[in-house]
Amino acid sequence: MSDKVISVHNLVKKFGSFVANDHLSFEVYRGEIFGFLGANGAGKTTTIRILSGLSKPTSGEVMVAGYDAHKEPEMIKKNIGYMCQKFSLYEDLTVKENIMLYGGIYGMKKQLIRDRTHSLLERLQFEEYGDRLIAALPLGLKQKLAFSVAVLHEPKIVFLDEPTGGVDPVTRRQFWEMIYETAARGITVFVTTHYMDEAEYCDRVSIMNEGKIQALDTPAALKQQYNARSIEEVFIRIARPAKQ
Amino acid sequence: MRTIFYLIRKEFLQIFRDKFLGKAIFAIPIIQMLILVPAVTFEIKDVRLCIVDKDMSTESRELVGKLVGSSFFKVRNATFTENEANDLLHLDKCDLILQIPAGFGRDIGKGTPTKLMASANAINAMNAQLSWAYLNGVIMDYNMNILANGIGNRSFTAIPQIEVTNRYWYNEMLNYNFYMQPGILGILVLAIGFILAGLNLVKEKEIGTIEQMNVTPVKKYQFILSKIIPFLIIGLIDLALGITIGKLVFHVPFAGSMWLVFMCSSIFLIAVLSLALLISTFSGTQQQFMFTAFFFMIIFILMSGIFTPLESMPGWAQKIDLLNPVVYIMRINRMVMLKGSTLYDIRSEFMALVIFAIASTTLAVNRYRKTA
Repeated sequence: MSDKVISVHNLVKKFGSFVANDHLSFEVYRGEIFGFLGANGAGKTTTIRILSGLSKPTSGEVMVAGYDAHKEPEMIKKNIGYMCQKFSLYEDLTVKENIMLYGGIYGMKKQLIRDRTHSLLERLQFEEYGDRLIAALPLGLKQKLAFSVAVLHEPKIVFLDEPTGGVDPVTRRQFWEMIYETAARGITVFVTTHYMDEAEYCDRVSIMNEGKIQALDTPAALKQQYNARSIEEVFIRIARPAKQ
Repeated sequence: MRTIFYLIRKEFLQIFRDKFLGKAIFAIPIIQMLILVPAVTFEIKDVRLCIVDKDMSTESRELVGKLVGSSFFKVRNATFTENEANDLLHLDKCDLILQIPAGFGRDIGKGTPTKLMASANAINAMNAQLSWAYLNGVIMDYNMNILANGIGNRSFTAIPQIEVTNRYWYNEMLNYNFYMQPGILGILVLAIGFILAGLNLVKEKEIGTIEQMNVTPVKKYQFILSKIIPFLIIGLIDLALGITIGKLVFHVPFAGSMWLVFMCSSIFLIAVLSLALLISTFSGTQQQFMFTAFFFMIIFILMSGIFTPLESMPGWAQKIDLLNPVVYIMRINRMVMLKGSTLYDIRSEFMALVIFAIASTTLAVNRYRKTA
């Protein structure tokens, strides 16, 4: 656990006078599942967008996959996968066409794309869906597919922004099995979620409130520190003062 | 390069997967050509003429006969009172009134100057002017005959008449279809790509797929090119369809080089497609884009010189028009298709389009942000 793949020091992001990220500092290691929790509007999505090179930090040091987010956002993009809140594969393309497109964009060879497509569909037990339009798939399948596409090019880190929103418990469980497999391959998983049971599955969890990281540790250590039975209790204790 | 190939393939898959769009991009230009080319014309036929003949002499009848014989005029009514004729004009039952005063024949016989009066309905100023000119032509002709006869009676010598005959070059029959078709081709090629390319990018913004693209290592120029090239190809196919229809249906001659027309249209398309993409980088929604695109298209088309000669616009408007790419393609199309102009003849228009294309592509690529 010594390889740092993300290292953030005093990250600040302002939108006008509004401070979305207020001096964040944390590190994420290779192969880790890092839970990034926080209430709605706490600033999680802002941070994820900065880490994935979609948004420029106002100040602070941000290194992702060995590249500086200020200067080399395009190099970061080469080395990460990203799956956002809103489902974002092309609905009017088939499953295979989407895989081919993203494989091609990341510069994968045609044969490699074909092989990966095959094994990916097999693993998801998806074979019969290969030529279906994304629009015709149920949400759970879409999310699992979007995740598979996000790690198709074997990135160093994959960012998942509320990947399981609106998905049934069985599919959520399967989704997390995929996350474990991915992390076991050495890909760091950086995930935000509102499901506290999911937070328990993470190696380490950070909880954000009002643009600041209020707590960061393993789930077990956090529960001990806050004398709580679950991460949910910890979360409520941290997030409540904000609402008053 | 391979990345662009994958992106372009995606665009084509999406365009042709859309059942309506996949057909419409080819059907719309065909229908537009068939309707617009013969419909948009300045030609005036069958001007409805009302004659108020207060004289009823041989001479007045002779004049009326000449008018009836002309293909421009259709004598709809003949009346004796001015008021009745004016009422007809008010009710839009006639376009032009010609009054022949009492004593017209007598004055001509005596050789004293006489006057006719014509009133035209000038709601459509262009129509009024043209029909008035036609009427004048017929009357002048009649006048000449009288003069010739009068002088001939006395001296038996033929008067030397200077006759001006016209020959219209490049469009000998003054066929308006010929004149309109090259212009309409320019507009048609503009409209389809401009709207589709721009909407395409804004739509990706709206549904969020652009975010997924922005987080990949796709280069900005690759992304913009992948939005230009498909619509460039479609535009050129539409152009080929348009030229074919012009040839088969309207028998429009094609005097110049086909390659030159296609090359110029390609540059024109790159210019306007980039402009559309530039607009779409400023637009958050499809409505915003359509609203802005509509503004540009109307100005581009109405000021392009397809309907009105550019020379008759005020000076400031002509200066604005230097920035109107449609002006250049309109001129190039007409010159090359009807006149057979070469690249050398159209070099200034050509250079203008090249500059326009470079500028708008550069701006579009720069304005497009992958990292906000």
